[in-house]
Amino acid sequence: MTEIIFFINQVVISGLVLGCIYALGAIGITLIFGILRFAHFAHSELMTGGAFIAFLLASAFAAWGIATPIPTGFVVLPLAMVLAAILALGIDKGFYAPLRKRGAKPVTLLIASIGVTLMIQGLIRLFFGAGSYSFFENEPKEIFRIDTSAIGSTRPLVITEPQVLMIVVTLVSVIALHFFLTRSRLGKAMRAMADNADLAQVSGINTALVVRVTWVIAGALACMAGTMLALDVTLKPDLAFNIILPIFAAAIVGGLGQAYGAIAGGLLIGFAETLAVFNWTMLFRPLNTILPDWLQLPAQLALVPTEYKLTVAFVILVVTLLVRPTGIFKGASS
Amino acid sequence: MALIELKHVVGGYGGAPILNGVNMAIEKSDIGVIVGPNGAGKSTTLKAIFGLLRVTGGTIEFGGENVANSLPDRLVPRGLSFVPQEKNVFTSMSVEENLEMGAFTRKDDFSETMQWVYEMFPVLAEKRRQPAGELSGGQRQMVAMGRALMSRPKLLMLDEPSAGLSPRYVIEIFETIQRVNEEGVGILMVEQNARQALAFASIGFVLAGGQNRFTGTGAELIADPEVAKSFLGG
Amino acid sequence: MIQRSLALFGGLFVLILVIGWVMGLPFTSSRLVEAAAYALIALGLNIQWGYGGLFNFGIMGFLMVGGAAVTFISFPVNPEFWGSDGPMMLGRALFAFAIGALIVLAARQAHRIGITGKWKGALTVLAWFCAYVLYRSQLDPAAAYIESAGGGWVGGLGAHPVLGWLFGGVLAAGIAYIVGKICLGLRTDYLAIATIGISEIIRALIKNMDWLTRGTLTVSPIPWPTPLPQDYQAGGMDIAASLIAARAGYLVLALVVLAIVMWLISRAYTGPWGRMMRAIRDNHVAASSMGKNVTSRQLEIFVFGSVLMGIGGAMLVSFVQIFDPSSYQPINHTFLIWVMVIVGGAGNNWGALFGAVLLWLVWVVSEPLSKAVFDFVSYWSTNAGWGAIPEIEARSAQMRVFVLGLVITIALRFAPKGLIPEVVKREG
Repeated sequence: MTEIIFFINQVVISGLVLGCIYALGAIGITLIFGILRFAHFAHSELMTGGAFIAFLLASAFAAWGIATPIPTGFVVLPLAMVLAAILALGIDKGFYAPLRKRGAKPVTLLIASIGVTLMIQGLIRLFFGAGSYSFFENEPKEIFRIDTSAIGSTRPLVITEPQVLMIVVTLVSVIALHFFLTRSRLGKAMRAMADNADLAQVSGINTALVVRVTWVIAGALACMAGTMLALDVTLKPDLAFNIILPIFAAAIVGGLGQAYGAIAGGLLIGFAETLAVFNWTMLFRPLNTILPDWLQLPAQLALVPTEYKLTVAFVILVVTLLVRPTGIFKGASS
Repeated sequence: MALIELKHVVGGYGGAPILNGVNMAIEKSDIGVIVGPNGAGKSTTLKAIFGLLRVTGGTIEFGGENVANSLPDRLVPRGLSFVPQEKNVFTSMSVEENLEMGAFTRKDDFSETMQWVYEMFPVLAEKRRQPAGELSGGQRQMVAMGRALMSRPKLLMLDEPSAGLSPRYVIEIFETIQRVNEEGVGILMVEQNARQALAFASIGFVLAGGQNRFTGTGAELIADPEVAKSFLGG
Repeated sequence: MIQRSLALFGGLFVLILVIGWVMGLPFTSSRLVEAAAYALIALGLNIQWGYGGLFNFGIMGFLMVGGAAVTFISFPVNPEFWGSDGPMMLGRALFAFAIGALIVLAARQAHRIGITGKWKGALTVLAWFCAYVLYRSQLDPAAAYIESAGGGWVGGLGAHPVLGWLFGGVLAAGIAYIVGKICLGLRTDYLAIATIGISEIIRALIKNMDWLTRGTLTVSPIPWPTPLPQDYQAGGMDIAASLIAARAGYLVLALVVLAIVMWLISRAYTGPWGRMMRAIRDNHVAASSMGKNVTSRQLEIFVFGSVLMGIGGAMLVSFVQIFDPSSYQPINHTFLIWVMVIVGGAGNNWGALFGAVLLWLVWVVSEPLSKAVFDFVSYWSTNAGWGAIPEIEARSAQMRVFVLGLVITIALRFAPKGLIPEVVKREG
C-alpha cells in the first residue's frame, strides 16, 4: 500500500502537474500555428515573462502589506494574464505582423521568433540577473500531507497547495476554452480560420480580429503556465526555455491546430516523463518476498535515468513523426 | 442602375495584368455566366470583384460606389457573396457551423435565413451536425452555396459550381441556382460547362485574353455559330 | 553587386584591424581562428538551407559529435583503460548491440514467415524492447566498471588531430544519414523541431556517457595540429610573440581547409549537380514530377552539410584544447550559425563566410563593449549619487544575447535575403 502511495506521489501527482503546464503552453502554440501557420518559438518567453509580471505584482502586494488566503501568485494571476496578453499583442504587432505583411515564409517567422526569444531573455537577465526568485519569500508554501494509515500505508499522500490550485485552474481554463471554441461566434471563427484561412476571409470573417484574439488567449494561457511552473519550483530567467521543446512536442503529438490535442499531448508527455524516470522497483518491492533469491528485483529499475528526463519528450516526438505525423487528433502536417 | 457594373477593369496578381479592360453589367434579376478558354481571366474577374487581387485600372460599381480593391469583410455586409471553386467548405466544422460562419457579418437574428437554406437544400438539414468534410462532392457544393447565402447577398458569385460533379448533380446545381435567383438574388458565375450553363443564363459574357469577346443572352450565344465554334466546342 | 560585396568585405577587414588595435593581437588572432571554424560550419548550413532548403536546427549536435570525435582520435592513449577489463566488457556490450540489432531486423522481416500487420508491429516493439534491455544489461556494468576501476574513461587513440577532424566529419555524416532518413520527409518547420530534439538527445548522451567522453569532467589538453605556443617558447620566443606565432600557424591551416572547401563547393554549385539541387529547392513538386528523386538528393545535401559541421566542430575543440559537453548551448552553437547565414546571405558562400566572421566578431566584442558602456554609465551614476550598477560582469555577458536577438530582427526587416544574397543567374 505504501508503495502505491509512493507511486501516486511520484508519478500521478507530478505527472498531472507537469502535464497541466505542458498542456497550457501547448494550447497557445497550437492555436498560433493553426491561425498564423508558424512555429512560435518565443512562447517560452511569454511564459517566463508572464511569470515575472506575476512576481512583480505579488511582490508589490507584499510590499503594500496585502495578505491573501491563497498564495499571492494566484491572486494576481488574472491581472498578470491581462498584462501578458497585451505583451503578446505588442510582440506580434512589432515583430511578426510587419513580416507577414511582406509575405514572409513560415521559416522567416520562426527565425524572427528566435530573435524575439533572445531579446526578451536578454532583457529579463539584464533586469533580474541570472539568479532565482521565489514566490514564497513572504508567505509559506502550504503542503498537504494526507494521512493514509487507514488504508495501510506508512507514507502520506503529499500535495502542495499550489499544485492543487494549479490543477483546478487548468481544469477551469480548459472548460472555458471549450465553451469559447464551440459556443461563441468568435471562437467558431477561430476554428474556421484555422481550418481554411482563405475561406474564412471570403466569408467576411474579420481575420485581423481573430489574429488578435489568438494572441490574447495564447499570451494569457502562457502567463498562467509560467506562473504555475514558477510557483511549483522557482522563478529563473530560463524558467520556460528549458521546456519549450517538450511543449512543442506536446502540440505536435496532439495534432497541430487542435486545441484538445494540445491538452492530450501535454498530459501524455507529462505522464510519460514521470513514468519513465520512476524507479519501478519501489513499487514492486513487496514482490521480492515471494520471488526466489535469484530473481530479486535490482535496486534501480527505471526505464530511463533521471538525467535523460527531457529526452523522453523528444523520443515521443520522433516516434509520433514517424508513425503518425499529423498527431493524435489529426492536425495540420505537410 | 445595374446591380454591379465593371468598367474597363484592369488587374492581376502583380506582374503582367490578366484582365485587360473587362466590361460587365448585371441586374438583380440576371443569371450572368462567364465562359471562355483557359487563362481567359474568368475566375480572375470574380476574384477582382471580391478584392482577392489588385485592380490597377477601371472601376467596379456596386450599390453606387466603386468597391475595387475592397476587402471581403467590407464587401460581404454590403451584399456580395462568393463561392470559391475549391476548398469551399470548412471540413472540420459541422454543416450548421459552416452556415453560421456565412452569417458572421450579420448582427441580427439569422435563424430565418438558415431555415430558408435548409428548405432549399433538405439534405443539409438531415446532416446538419455532420462535419462538412464527410459529405459527398455534390453535398459539399450545397454547403458552400448555403454558406454564401447566409449573409443574404444581393449578388452571389460562383466559381465553376459544377466542377467535378456528376452530370445529375450538374443539372441539379443549375436548377438550384435558378431557384435562388427567383428568390431575388443576382447571380454571376464562371463555368466550364459552357453550353449547359448558358442554357440557364439571362446574360452571357465570353472572355478571352482578359477582354470581352462576345456578350449576349444565353440563347443568343448558344445560337451564334462563331461563338459555338471557338468557345463552346462546336 | 560585386562592388557591394567588396565594400562589405573591405569594411570587415577594417573592423578586424580596429579590434586588433584595441584588444591586442593575441586576442584577435584567437578570434580569427574561431571565425574560420565557424565559417566552415556556416558553409555547411548554407549547403543545407541555402542550397537545399533544409531546416537544420540541430547544428549543436553535429558540433558536439565532431568535438567528441577529435577528442577520441587525438587525445593520448589511456593505458589504464587498455590494461583493465574495460575493453573486453565493451566488446561484450558491442556484441550485445549487434545481437539486438539483428533481433530488430529479424522482427521487421517477420512478414516473410507470415506474421503481418498489427502482430508484426507488436513483435517489432517487443524486439526493440528486448534489444534495449539486452544492450543495457551489458553496457551498464561495463560503463560502471570503466568509470570506477577501468581508468575512468576509454581515453583516446593518440593520432594526429587532422585525422580527428576528418573522423569528426565522418561521424557527423553517419548521424546525419540516420537523422535524414527519419526526418527528411517532413515539412520544413517539423524538420526544425525534430532536429532540435535529436541534438538535445545527442547532448544528453555525450554529457552522461562519462565512460566514453568523460562527460562533465571534461577532457584536456587536446593536442594541436600545429606547434603550440609552449613549443615556440621553448625555442626562445617571449610569451606574447609565441601566442601570435602559434595561433597564426593554426589560422593558416584553418584557412587552407576553408579554401579547399569553398573551391569544392563552388565547383559543385555551378555544375549540373548544383543546378539540379537548386531546381529541387525552388520547386520540389515540379522537380519530382520530372523524375528526380527529391528525398535522396535532400539526404545528400544534408549529409554533405553535416560533414562540414563535424569538421568545424572538431577544429574548434582542437583549438580550445578542451572538450566540455556543458559548454555547448543552443544559442551559441545553433542559433548563432543561423543568424550568420541569414544575415550574411543564404545561398551564397561568400555571404555565409562574411556573415560568419562578422557575427562572430560582433558576438565576442559585444561583451567587452557593453561592459565598457556599463562602466561608463556606472561611473556617471555613481557621481550623480545613485551608486554603481550591480553585477556588471554578469549583465554584460547577457547583453550578447540581447544584441544577437536585435541583429536578427533588424536583419530580417531590412535585408531579408541577407547582406550578400544569392546571385540568381538568369538562365536564358
